[in-house]
Amino acid sequence: MRLSRRAALLLRLAVAVGLAFIYVPLIVIAIYAFNASNILKWPPPGLTLDWFPKAIENEFAREAFLTSLKAGLAATAIALLLGTLASLAVARHRFFGRETISFLVILPIALPGIVTGVALNNTFTQVLGVELSLFTVIVGHATFCIVVVYNNVVARLRRVSTSFEEASADLGAHAWQTFRFVTLPGMRSALGAGALLAFALSFDEIIVTTFTLGAGEETLPIWIFRNLFRPNQLPIVNAVAVIVVLISIVPVYLAHRLTREEGGAAGARGGKAVEAEATAVP
Amino acid sequence: MASEAVVERRSAGHRLADLFHGRPRLQAGALLAGPVGWLVIGYLGSLAVLLIAAFWTVSPLSGELTRGLSLENFETLVNEPVYRDIIWRTIRIAALVTVTDAILAFPIAFYMAKVASRRGKAILVVAVLLPLWSSYLVKVYAWRTLLSAGGIVNWALEPLGLHGPGFGITAVWLVMSYLWLPYMILPIYAGLERIPDSLISASEDLGASPLTTFRRVILPLVFPAVVAGSIFTFSLTLGDFITPRLVSNSQFIGTVVFNNFVTNLPLASALALVPIIVMIAYLLVARRLGAFEHI
Amino acid sequence: MRTHAHPVSTAWLVVAGLLAFMLLLAGCGSSDNNTTGKELTKVGKGEGALSLISWAGYVEAEWTKPFEQKTGCKVSDKIAGTSDEMVQLMRTGQYDGVSASGNASARLVDGGDVDPVNVSLVPNYKTIFSELKDQPYNTFDGVHYGIPHGRGANLLMWNTDDVKPAPTSWDVILDPKKAAKYKGKISAYDDPIYIADAAVYLKAHQPDLGIENPYELNEEQFNAAVELLKEQRANVGEYWSEAAKQIAAFANGDVQVGTTWQYQYFELTGAGEPVAASPASQGFLPSEGATGWSDTWMISSQAKHPNCMYMWMDWIVSPKVNAEVAQFFGEAPAQSLACEQTEEKSFCAKYHAENPAFWKRVYFWETPVSECGNGSSDCMNYNDWLNAWTAIKG
Repeated sequence: MRLSRRAALLLRLAVAVGLAFIYVPLIVIAIYAFNASNILKWPPPGLTLDWFPKAIENEFAREAFLTSLKAGLAATAIALLLGTLASLAVARHRFFGRETISFLVILPIALPGIVTGVALNNTFTQVLGVELSLFTVIVGHATFCIVVVYNNVVARLRRVSTSFEEASADLGAHAWQTFRFVTLPGMRSALGAGALLAFALSFDEIIVTTFTLGAGEETLPIWIFRNLFRPNQLPIVNAVAVIVVLISIVPVYLAHRLTREEGGAAGARGGKAVEAEATAVP
Repeated sequence: MASEAVVERRSAGHRLADLFHGRPRLQAGALLAGPVGWLVIGYLGSLAVLLIAAFWTVSPLSGELTRGLSLENFETLVNEPVYRDIIWRTIRIAALVTVTDAILAFPIAFYMAKVASRRGKAILVVAVLLPLWSSYLVKVYAWRTLLSAGGIVNWALEPLGLHGPGFGITAVWLVMSYLWLPYMILPIYAGLERIPDSLISASEDLGASPLTTFRRVILPLVFPAVVAGSIFTFSLTLGDFITPRLVSNSQFIGTVVFNNFVTNLPLASALALVPIIVMIAYLLVARRLGAFEHI
Repeated sequence: MRTHAHPVSTAWLVVAGLLAFMLLLAGCGSSDNNTTGKELTKVGKGEGALSLISWAGYVEAEWTKPFEQKTGCKVSDKIAGTSDEMVQLMRTGQYDGVSASGNASARLVDGGDVDPVNVSLVPNYKTIFSELKDQPYNTFDGVHYGIPHGRGANLLMWNTDDVKPAPTSWDVILDPKKAAKYKGKISAYDDPIYIADAAVYLKAHQPDLGIENPYELNEEQFNAAVELLKEQRANVGEYWSEAAKQIAAFANGDVQVGTTWQYQYFELTGAGEPVAASPASQGFLPSEGATGWSDTWMISSQAKHPNCMYMWMDWIVSPKVNAEVAQFFGEAPAQSLACEQTEEKSFCAKYHAENPAFWKRVYFWETPVSECGNGSSDCMNYNDWLNAWTAIKG
């Protein structure tokens, strides 16, 4: 697109301001991770490197991190399974209530977390008489993570023509073989991107988690919540936040590579198929 | 003969596949059983139970639930003006945050989709997504320090003779716009990417100014994506109670639901119905506008 | 042509049926597994773990580490900001014990969330100040429900640089005209129980209302207190429930005067911040007196580690530990023998541990109930307070 010099400059300025807006608070967090005092004053009275080793040594923080990992992986696995099943049904079949499925799947993530949390808590403790635990957390997380996998996979399946699958069937493969050798490889990047996003959602989730977690365990956000109110733990919390952000650069970059691979970047490929699709839109 | 041998020794997997062969609806049904069962029974069922709880009442001292059919809670919500104020305030801020984020997100998304090089795009995507990985709570607390009386915002504005907003409803709007911005940038970016450059070139070749191209070609095509992003900014604001608590004294719908959750579950349930109804209406409109393809 | 059932429509029917079943279940609901409050008869071996809910500053490494070493009970603690939170957490049945104030204890007992405590199994109970025993907030129908932890009064704290002259009365934050001087810089406690603070103020300044007990308010008295707080709201900078939040607010200058606990006062003075609270010359309290709390360790009716809990209750009121606890937080210890263990010999005197006259000006948190104690039952109950609080905050 041809932009005038002034427009291009304004655009760059807007982007710079936007990025500054996004990153200034994160820089503040990073600065406070080196804060020498327990009290959050500005400017911080002194700087120290102590908090990072303390954060790593803190066994509650480590346990919370591992619990979050476990919950995230389990929730993502369930979301992958259910999301794939649902998207296969929707993209490849016609049936009564097909349009409703998209609506149903998006509901858990579109309804506010407190509604989901209160509803699930109520069901677990009052109706089913089940004790809250990491399992109930995983159930809660998986429920709202289904949609991210579903949407990615459905979008992918819609773009890939069914002719490959039909050819595979014609050659004698049964449904499972076709799925395993033809459909699945084509969906891999969509599954990967969906899984990473689902994991991210679960990892930082706090509201639903508050209502579905048992007393014995804590996820990382819950640990942070607990320790934000202990003045002498505040800097450790900031250090932990910084460490998590740094660690997550790798998976985030991977996620981007995966989505690019699947051809989401119409601009990059400018393929004819995509153009045809776009002109058919309105 | 080879084919006979194949027919005789069909594996269990083959036999199972045969069951489904030619029966597409059975296939669909089997595929859907898991997810739909989970969502309908587990999730919708829980919501239904919550709906029922809204008709119950609570004994003042022991907090024992009296299951029955009472409209007491709905009467309270309608008659006491404070609940109407809270609901209206929450919806207002949700709308404001959504519009703010759409405006803030667009330049960044546009730059990422249409102007940035391949490498620039990768860097920007990572840069936009990374804040999502830093804890929500830590970010809100950081904003608390930014906005406090001795914080950076006041310190920066002082030489200009201005004053930061401090804590309050403005702070809530500011912080929430900040928190949900990536959720708006990503769908818009994806939506813009899907618009082929050739369409834009064609518009320019036909003599349209960039503004006209934007208004008549780009905007209509990207609008569903904006709506998709707005689903998140709106619903996340609608239900949040932690940010209002940390940077203001204002009560949001979530605040009251949370406060009443244990001592008065029926009232909390009745109030929780409001965001459910609002979001379902919002989703129906969003679906009509084509947003579901862009989430 | 194959005829087959329509499996998808059947599936929808099955799903609808299951949904209906769920609703039915909800209607019948679960029973509250209400054990009829049995006391432990003997303290056995420790179970290796202990899960507590407490106020900030009550469960600190200084005395939990030796406890863990001695008993093998690993302590995990959840800090709650308000009594409402404590009740909420106890109702989940996933904790062993809680340090409950008077505005939680009655609710916990009535809800069956706590069991009676067999005080004969807690040797250090004998030497607890007799003033704290058999109180309406820890003894119900003659049955003991907890072990006293310590008591204190809510303080009026102010920034000495910004608030002049030094206030001697709560009117600096409650009188609409005086409070307007510090508009936007006042810190109030974010809990319905704060209505009692307004009642204490009105007891002194509007005696014709006839308020005796700030937790037993008839409609007229209650409405007056609520009105006062609604007027205060315009001047409040921040309602706090987390101690750390208030500490940061004072340190950053977001608030300059308000109600607080000793914990925050000591954290701030320890960090060199210019804050002060009512001095000794005023009896440490503003002229009207103050609300306060006398906390009790209670054991959950669903405690998974009852032996560890009993060991904890005995530990926390043992002389040396109770002295450490009281000094750390800044409250009067419950254990009479703790006074000999404090670093500063005048600590107990300073905190009026043995001075009943002081506590006469302190109104310990209680759960508001309809029964007014003098025979009538037209007082406002906790639900009324909770709803009024939502209306006050707006």
